[in-house]
Amino acid sequence: MIGLFTKIIQTGKRAEALGEAEHATELLGEQLGAAIRKKFQGSLAIREVDAGSCNGCELEIIAANNCYYDLERFGVHFVPSPRFADMLLVTGPVTRNMETALKMTYEATPNPKLVVAAGDCAINCGVFGKDHYAIAGSVADIIPVDAVIHGCPPTPTDIIRGILQAIEA
Amino acid sequence: MIHDANTWFAERLSDHGIVTSYLEDHHPAAMPCLQVRRLDWANVAEEARRHQMRFVSLWAAEAGAHDEKALYAYMAFAHPEHRHVLLRTDLNQNDPALQDIGRHYVAAVRMQRSLQDMFGIRVEGLADTRQWLKHEHWPDDAHPMRRDFPATTRMQESDGEYAFIRAEGDGVYEYPVGPVHAGIIEPGHFRFHAVGEKILNMEERLGYVHKGVEKRFEGLTAAEGVRLAGRISGDSTVAHAWAFCQACENAAYLELPAYAVTLRAILCERERMANHIGDIGAICNDGGFAFMHVQMQRLREEMARMHRDIFGHRLLMDLIVPGGVACRLSSETAAVLAEDSRRMAAEVEQLRSIYADHPSIQERVIGSGTVSVEDATSVGLLGYAGRASGVYADERVEEAYPPYDKLNVRVPRGEFGDVATRVWVRFEEVAESARLICELLQALPEGAERVEFNAPEAGISGFDAIEGWRGEIAAWVRFGRNGVIDRYAVRDPSEINWLGLELAVREVPVPDFPLNNKSFNCSYSGNDL
Ligand code: SF4
Repeated sequence: MIGLFTKIIQTGKRAEALGEAEHATELLGEQLGAAIRKKFQGSLAIREVDAGSCNGCELEIIAANNCYYDLERFGVHFVPSPRFADMLLVTGPVTRNMETALKMTYEATPNPKLVVAAGDCAINCGVFGKDHYAIAGSVADIIPVDAVIHGCPPTPTDIIRGILQAIEA
Repeated sequence: MIHDANTWFAERLSDHGIVTSYLEDHHPAAMPCLQVRRLDWANVAEEARRHQMRFVSLWAAEAGAHDEKALYAYMAFAHPEHRHVLLRTDLNQNDPALQDIGRHYVAAVRMQRSLQDMFGIRVEGLADTRQWLKHEHWPDDAHPMRRDFPATTRMQESDGEYAFIRAEGDGVYEYPVGPVHAGIIEPGHFRFHAVGEKILNMEERLGYVHKGVEKRFEGLTAAEGVRLAGRISGDSTVAHAWAFCQACENAAYLELPAYAVTLRAILCERERMANHIGDIGAICNDGGFAFMHVQMQRLREEMARMHRDIFGHRLLMDLIVPGGVACRLSSETAAVLAEDSRRMAAEVEQLRSIYADHPSIQERVIGSGTVSVEDATSVGLLGYAGRASGVYADERVEEAYPPYDKLNVRVPRGEFGDVATRVWVRFEEVAESARLICELLQALPEGAERVEFNAPEAGISGFDAIEGWRGEIAAWVRFGRNGVIDRYAVRDPSEINWLGLELAVREVPVPDFPLNNKSFNCSYSGNDL
């Protein structure tokens, strides 16, 4: 146990100890916090849906939760069910085999709800291409989308910026 | 020791009266492709099993540019001493049928189901004839990998239901999970049968992220194809890009400068470290040990930042290209990278001692989700899943492709086969990868990072096996006219390792499923293609 506590103390608080890049994230986070406070009473619950991604986007969404970006500080958290989500964060081109599941997830999310399409694939099917037997379309072809985040994959900072764009729209 | 070429298996087959001939249009000769008669197909697999070969992959390809009418089936096996060997047979195009090899190699069953789905090849004697990648709502006659099925086809919706395995008995209940899972992970469906809190059986239903990747490769140049290959499974972007490029380079008889292969290996080992580090944290998180999760995600993030600073991409995408790599290291960046790898390994080592000293996580991982050596061998588990259960296949050693031919890769050898052992293998591999990176960086060769890649003639195919962080990626490419790819068949290790998870979780309490799942961390995207 001593080792564990020593490590925690040695590691310190990474989110504040960083230089410039971290400041940009901080700023985004603060704006995000203010916006959420206004519209979502200080808490934004996100359900992430992989509708066909290569899993690269998932890695960066997970990274947005690590101690450097620590999305949760600002009242943004990921929830395990669409039933109590305010926002769907959708990745990947929507595959034929995920089309129904995505629609059902959208319907299961209570109003008011927001949809953010994260990553080039979610926006325009990326390298996988639109007119293809296995691809149903981009996210916007299947459900209404409020904001998009470019990048293959978008960085954690991009993801935070995108979420902000969605709740200020 | 590495043999020059696998002539051994052809000799074994001939001992048994099975006639084979070497295909000239296949490279490299060291991993030959043997033509066999269709009626010998299952016998060949039986002989392979008898000679303790590992099943590698099974695929089909229609119409090479040189013989428009043919439809071929391929399978590949490997032997720790005798390397890889491919087998090919031709099928009747109008009524394609193939003998089942699933009774010799269980891992072939799902691949055979995919052949039925994608090519309309009937597999005679297949124990499980349910559709696999093709979901219920696809029309019966849709076989997307056939030439007469245009890639742009919009399929009609059709009806149907997937016949899950049923369980009956007192107190047995069924529990469906997915395709949309609770975490930030990929989609797939798990059907649990449980009694009380113990899992009796878990059945996987995958294919949800089937993006038609193999069809998409048709008609791309190698330069275009590598971007797609790097997105077959984003977390293995380096390994998949390498597997694709090396298959193309083998087909084209292109030898790479030492600098290029050295950098590829450095990137691949960094990818291995980053994924193992992230996964160890995630496994501990599923075991309720948040401290490790936070620490490991921190280290993973620090690696991503280093990758962005040095290579321009946090996940190392698009750095491997046909003919070499698209990056160079200066002596300063090389020193920084070596130092960073050393520091990562040291921090992970320190965290490992905390993990080992923490009874509450040890209680969860030790003895949970055991796969016996016998089962692992029978399935042919790959990567850390295999190495935790007595199967030590590692292509860096068995195929020893450059630059691993000059390195001595130490492969961890576990056999308890539980979550703890899979974690142990990953800890060992983080340390080993860091050591390899430093060794490679220390003797960074001179020379170009990239040479020109020229596609081979139409009809030429190439094969290779690359050890990604999850295990062996087997890749086979064939070029068509005008230097474009006319077929790329790739087998991600997940296609085999998903079976390991099904075996592991029998008898495991339902709440320990996530922990086990993470300890395998198979790719859905890599499996579904
Ligand atoms: S945008 Fe890029 S990283 Fe994200 S799913 Fe698509 S290919 Fe993968």
